[in-house]
Amino acid sequence: METFVFSVLNGVTYGLLLFMLSSGLTLIFSMMGVLNFAHASFYMLGAYFAFTIGAATGFWVALFLAPVLVGLIGAAVERWGLRKVHTNGHVAELLFTFGLAYLIEEIVKIVWGKLSIPYKIPPLLDGPAFTLWGTDYPAYRVFMLAVSITMLVALFLLLKKTRAGLIIQAALTHPAMVGHLGHNVPKIFMTVFGIGCGLAGLAGVIGGNYLVTDPSMAYAMGPIVFVVVVIGGMGSLAGAFVASLLIGLLQTFAVAVDATFFDLFGWAGLGAMTEVGRISISSLAPMLPFLLLVLILMIRPRGLMGDREF
Amino acid sequence: MTDTALSPALGPTRSAQFRDRVLPFLAFAAVLVAIPAFGPSRTWLTLFNSMGINIVFALSYTMLLGRAGLLSFGHAVYFGLGGYLAMHLMAAIPEGVWGVAGVFALPVVGFAGGAVAGAVIGWPSCRRAGIPFAMISLGIAELVASAAFIFVSVFGGEEGISGDRMKWFDPIAIGGLEIDFTMGPLGDVYWFIAFWTFLATVLMYAFTRTPLGRMSEAVRDNPERAAFVGYNPQQVRYLVFIAAGGFAGVGGGMAAVNFEIFTPENLSLAPSGFVLLMAYIGGIRYFAGPILGAVVLTWMQSSFSAYTEAWLLYLGLLFIVIVMFAPDGLAGVVARLAKGVTAPGAAPRLGRWAGRTVAALVALTGVVVLVEVAVRWSGGYGETFEPFGLPLPADEPITWVLVGVPIALGLTLLRLAATGDEP
Repeated sequence: METFVFSVLNGVTYGLLLFMLSSGLTLIFSMMGVLNFAHASFYMLGAYFAFTIGAATGFWVALFLAPVLVGLIGAAVERWGLRKVHTNGHVAELLFTFGLAYLIEEIVKIVWGKLSIPYKIPPLLDGPAFTLWGTDYPAYRVFMLAVSITMLVALFLLLKKTRAGLIIQAALTHPAMVGHLGHNVPKIFMTVFGIGCGLAGLAGVIGGNYLVTDPSMAYAMGPIVFVVVVIGGMGSLAGAFVASLLIGLLQTFAVAVDATFFDLFGWAGLGAMTEVGRISISSLAPMLPFLLLVLILMIRPRGLMGDREF
Repeated sequence: MTDTALSPALGPTRSAQFRDRVLPFLAFAAVLVAIPAFGPSRTWLTLFNSMGINIVFALSYTMLLGRAGLLSFGHAVYFGLGGYLAMHLMAAIPEGVWGVAGVFALPVVGFAGGAVAGAVIGWPSCRRAGIPFAMISLGIAELVASAAFIFVSVFGGEEGISGDRMKWFDPIAIGGLEIDFTMGPLGDVYWFIAFWTFLATVLMYAFTRTPLGRMSEAVRDNPERAAFVGYNPQQVRYLVFIAAGGFAGVGGGMAAVNFEIFTPENLSLAPSGFVLLMAYIGGIRYFAGPILGAVVLTWMQSSFSAYTEAWLLYLGLLFIVIVMFAPDGLAGVVARLAKGVTAPGAAPRLGRWAGRTVAALVALTGVVVLVEVAVRWSGGYGETFEPFGLPLPADEPITWVLVGVPIALGLTLLRLAATGDEP
């Protein structure tokens, strides 16, 4: 029971962090057809910016400034990079962001060094929030949860209750029609790209000190965010939300399961000390999202809640 | 394209066929044969051997991305699995005269390994082209690489498995003729690599001339029409995928013999990304493109990494510049240049191009100074960047002048050149 509750809490925290990353990516992907390979690089930039800004102003200012800065960089990338490549098709756009991910990683290595940086949790949140069954639950995770949910609500209100959100939603499915109605679609694209990157930056600000801030964090996070977007389905923020939580819970629970293949398949004659029998479920946790990705693409290419195939 | 139903006069003449299809390969073979005559050092031989492997690998990748339009992020899986199979067989080959021939033939084993892997993995992957294919290849690459770390007995864990390509130590006598070829020394390995590079290149070119190779291009451009003509796009993709996997496996077999070690790293996303860069920077629309890309990038990898820590940054910049401004790659640039020289009105056009090149080079100078100064500043060893004996410390204004002025000047000139162009 204890493990279960903590796993659920951790899984939801991680899942919401994933959603913060994948919501931006889904918006960008659905609207522009660009699977942004550099999305996790903006997440990394968020963490590094927060470290540098935070050193001067403290964490709370950085929490606002860093995502805005990342968002502006994202908008600039769209305006002067991606828009130019757009005419050469989606593969060229994908490759552009692929090269951008390379570039950002190298620049980060030059500016902040190759090792991880001491980006710490602010002292105010560096303690237990509550105690369950004698185990402390860190306050910072509760804070992450709060930020994620605030962001979720804000995004929901923006998309559903404002005029701008209405146009963005329309551009998700019918970009050409929105253009015909006289809206500046390239500007919408730039804004959405900027907002998406800003959200990734925010995820970096609150995720960088929870996980680890080093130049390989983008490489570690990037593929998982793709998995979330593909499983969730194209054009579906709700799908991305469900998929984020699913992946978050799946990974957290797999790590918590203390079983090997022998325990599962021993009845079929699998030896305890054979190579296959010794594989533990927890060691498979990093692989599970990709297994899910391949299965989903084979069985249901539109994803859980996608409204169209890509 | 030839169409035999029409007048045969529409097809290329025999001399044109010879010029376009045979002559380049004769030249390629001549270069391969001529290289040892210059007595290259060990460093150069090592470099040439890596180039040969990368040429085969990049060409096999272009069968997917260039010909069939399938963007794969996991092509190193087939390279690696073919290589691992060759590695295991190399260990199984007994010492003896025939062992030399056995080791020499290992790329065939690599082909088999890569093709079988392609046949198994390709079946679920090839149903759709485009983004779903790219995502499946990414997922499978992650799965295979993680699995390779788990199954230590097959893949050797972190340190991988190593082998020994030398199965015989004396000169071999055949009919009174003594041949000193044991596959041990680097010079012998060069001939091995050269042979397989040439053979694989010819075979992959021949593949583009087969009906299957032609259909793969049709499926890339318009799958619906290909289906109406009576070809199942899924099946075409699948067969091309198997062939591409097989040729990647040939590269893997060559690498197994050359490096005598294979680690799970070889299957991971990093080499898959590198082969994508090689093929795309070289130019995927031209058969010679990936060859050019493999040669240039392998050379950059070995020589730039000695000069500067930031070589991956330069690689990323090169890739982005290619994607943005020259989507046909280096081969496309060369082809346009050749056309620009021969087509009428060459002088003003070449003048314009030269002007733009100069402007780009000016901007590049600023970027290089910026990157090099930054790398030394971040290295923290107190080094200063001293091009041509001029020290440029990070805190001197002269440094920032040399960064800012060339970049600003180069970009302004480029902008002016762009507005001065006729559409």
